[in-house]
Amino acid sequence: MKRIFTVLLLVLIAFNAFATGEKEGQGVEFIMNNGTEPASLDPSNISGVPEHHIYMAIFEGLVIYDPKTSLAAPGVAESWTVSPDSTQITFKLRKEAVWSDGTPITAKTVVDSWLRTLAPETAAEYAYMITMTVKGAEAYNEGKGPASGVAIRALDDRTFQVDLVGPMPYAVDMMAHYAFAILPMHVIAKYGNNWIKPGNMVSNGAFVLESWKPQESLTVVKNPKYWDTANVRLNKITFLPIEDRLTAYNKFKAGEIDWADGIPLELVDEIKLRPDYQVSPQVGTYYYIFNMTRKPFDNPKVRKALTMALNMQDLVSKITKGGQLPTRSMVPAMAGYTPAQGVAYNPEEAKKLLAEAGYPGGKNFPKVTILYNTLDAHKKIAEWVQESWKQVLGITSISLTNQEWGTFLDTRQNLHDFDISRAGWIGDYLDPNTFLDMFMSTSGLNDGLYNNPEFDRLVRQAASMPAGKARMDTLRKAEEQLMTVDQHVITFYHYVNQDMIDLTKWDGWYPNPLGSHEWKFIGPKK
Amino acid sequence: MSRFIVRRLLSTIPTLFVIVTLSFFLIRLAPGGPFAREKKVPPEILENLMKAYHMDEPLVKQYLRYVGGVLKLDLGPSFKYKDQTVNKLLGVTFPVSLTLGIISLAAATFLGTLVGIISALKQNKWQDYAAMSVAVLGISIPLFVVGPILMLVFALWLKWLPTSGWITSRAGLATLVLPVITLMLPPFAYIARLSRGSIIEVIRSDYVRTARAKGLSEKVVIAKHVLKGALLPVVTYLGPAFAGIVTGSVVVEKIFDIPGIGKIFVQSAFNRDYTLIMGDVILYSVILISANFIVDILYGILDPRISYK
Repeated sequence: MKRIFTVLLLVLIAFNAFATGEKEGQGVEFIMNNGTEPASLDPSNISGVPEHHIYMAIFEGLVIYDPKTSLAAPGVAESWTVSPDSTQITFKLRKEAVWSDGTPITAKTVVDSWLRTLAPETAAEYAYMITMTVKGAEAYNEGKGPASGVAIRALDDRTFQVDLVGPMPYAVDMMAHYAFAILPMHVIAKYGNNWIKPGNMVSNGAFVLESWKPQESLTVVKNPKYWDTANVRLNKITFLPIEDRLTAYNKFKAGEIDWADGIPLELVDEIKLRPDYQVSPQVGTYYYIFNMTRKPFDNPKVRKALTMALNMQDLVSKITKGGQLPTRSMVPAMAGYTPAQGVAYNPEEAKKLLAEAGYPGGKNFPKVTILYNTLDAHKKIAEWVQESWKQVLGITSISLTNQEWGTFLDTRQNLHDFDISRAGWIGDYLDPNTFLDMFMSTSGLNDGLYNNPEFDRLVRQAASMPAGKARMDTLRKAEEQLMTVDQHVITFYHYVNQDMIDLTKWDGWYPNPLGSHEWKFIGPKK
Repeated sequence: MSRFIVRRLLSTIPTLFVIVTLSFFLIRLAPGGPFAREKKVPPEILENLMKAYHMDEPLVKQYLRYVGGVLKLDLGPSFKYKDQTVNKLLGVTFPVSLTLGIISLAAATFLGTLVGIISALKQNKWQDYAAMSVAVLGISIPLFVVGPILMLVFALWLKWLPTSGWITSRAGLATLVLPVITLMLPPFAYIARLSRGSIIEVIRSDYVRTARAKGLSEKVVIAKHVLKGALLPVVTYLGPAFAGIVTGSVVVEKIFDIPGIGKIFVQSAFNRDYTLIMGDVILYSVILISANFIVDILYGILDPRISYK
């Protein structure tokens, strides 16, 4: 028996030596846990955060995300000008921008790329980012208009111009999104859908694809043809698709990965004491939607009473505990915008309002259900809400229902078959509009069937206004209707980005509102 | 025997056909679809997507198209992993689960049988109690507890082994140790108990008594007479266990970040990745049917009372 143990131990030690032996002499390599396998590498086909991380390494659009502010910074375009009425943008492309095979990137490449993403047969999910911004894009994407109707043009090899659907002050910032990617059309023409395979793939980012082992890892290496390659500080990035956050965290602790996007929530108490835990506000809101067509939620007093009975400060300090920011607004704070607020925590006033609505002490309050998707974190919050309403308002008729993700989305979005439903919204760009236009009565995203003509009018009015204080004021008035007047939703907190990365070891990685970390800036600390 | 094999092989065709048909329609009955998102896809874009995946066609036409593909061994493109075909995804992930499964099951069978024999021969002695206590633990502690504990002890505290990954990663073969131990525990424990029980039973049977009476040595009696008879229940168990273990353990693959098929099996259901679910189901069915088939044949070899005509 002893002999067996000795042999086993020797084998383990040999494995270990093998495991650590290769680690040295790799240059500056960075390993991140990307959370899941990328659904695709084709920018026209992608739709998630993990894909976005990889996109930022291997592609570059006209503009990229500023690593500190998430606003537009020069990419393939070295500069741009916006017309005085904010309806037209002219980009100047840098002449040293080329594909990794040396082919130059011209304004025509940009035109062809956007048209490919818009083409109905490409079936790009995020084509709507272009259709909501660029004139004529919607008709082409819906198959109702020609490609020539899309108001984008190459004035010469280095000048690209786009007409917007209206004055859109945030349009340039939106264009850092992968929906506006520039694609190697010469390679796509040659290989068709196989253009993203290693060996075929040509890209224009700071890195190029080296290998992709599905479900295992994806590796990119420095692109020597990148226009700013001299300032790129990493030689290699490996993306791992680890879904289990505890595994990723253990890997981080063991020094096997450098950045873990997300943390195991059950260990938040331990993690938040660590210096390599990075937490920063995210442009996103966690909220509950009232179904406005169901009693008793057609009564604003009920909606307000229920909201007033919840102490969000308590929620974030005792239940979620990850540094989330308690809120009474739908729109997170943004430069130039002060969010409008719904009612504050006030148990006495809540009781009074509920009595006025006809349910004193919670008596006769109808049976209602809180719907959420199956996840422990959502369950804890729903139970806290249920308990708070019982304690503060005396309502005992609240039940909880959880559904698996696909079923949940169908129930909430298509069937609208709920009383109160959990929801979460992450902004695609930094403008209040992305948190408001979904509540318009005509919007396909208006799951709670909110209908306030004044709100609709204000959002529509803001859409035709140029950038500036007046537009922000109009959007604020719209949020006032949604939150202060109607309290259509209960907002709990604004999300935070939760990352594990040792910033004494790496720099160029900054907490930012969209959680967009451009790889070209990241490198070892000197 | 050969007639039996041909007959069994032929009978798998309608079985598979029923499985494909039922699964095809059942998964489409589940609410939601492959393009459901928190940020609901605008209807015009959804229309483009439905067209691209032929989902705008009548269901029967989609079914015939799918079955046509399956007959040509083409399982179609994945809805979620848009750059990959289902054939490619299964082709990459299945060998991983197969490797891990075979190693784990081989280890479990060898160690399980060994422990079973020792327990049976030392019945009601301390060796028996110790072995069976381990077996009870192996069956009752869930993998999602064993896995992280092993990782904590051997990877984080002792730093002997990598936390996770697969043999093709930098850490190499060392990545196998913890997942194999985790994955083999339940079948090991089960086999140990199963073989102990059947050995005790067989050891008291008439033909073993006859063998002993003939004056054969204890070793020969155990190896030649007892084991052959006693292993039958183990073989019965090995068929479905093999099918189960090589098609991937979701828990172990998730905990140890192993790029196997188990991980995508569950995820494909949540993603409503219709083609990938179908691919998984077909693969699983083929393996299960084949494993049972092989067990039936082994029965004929191991048990002289069974003959196939």
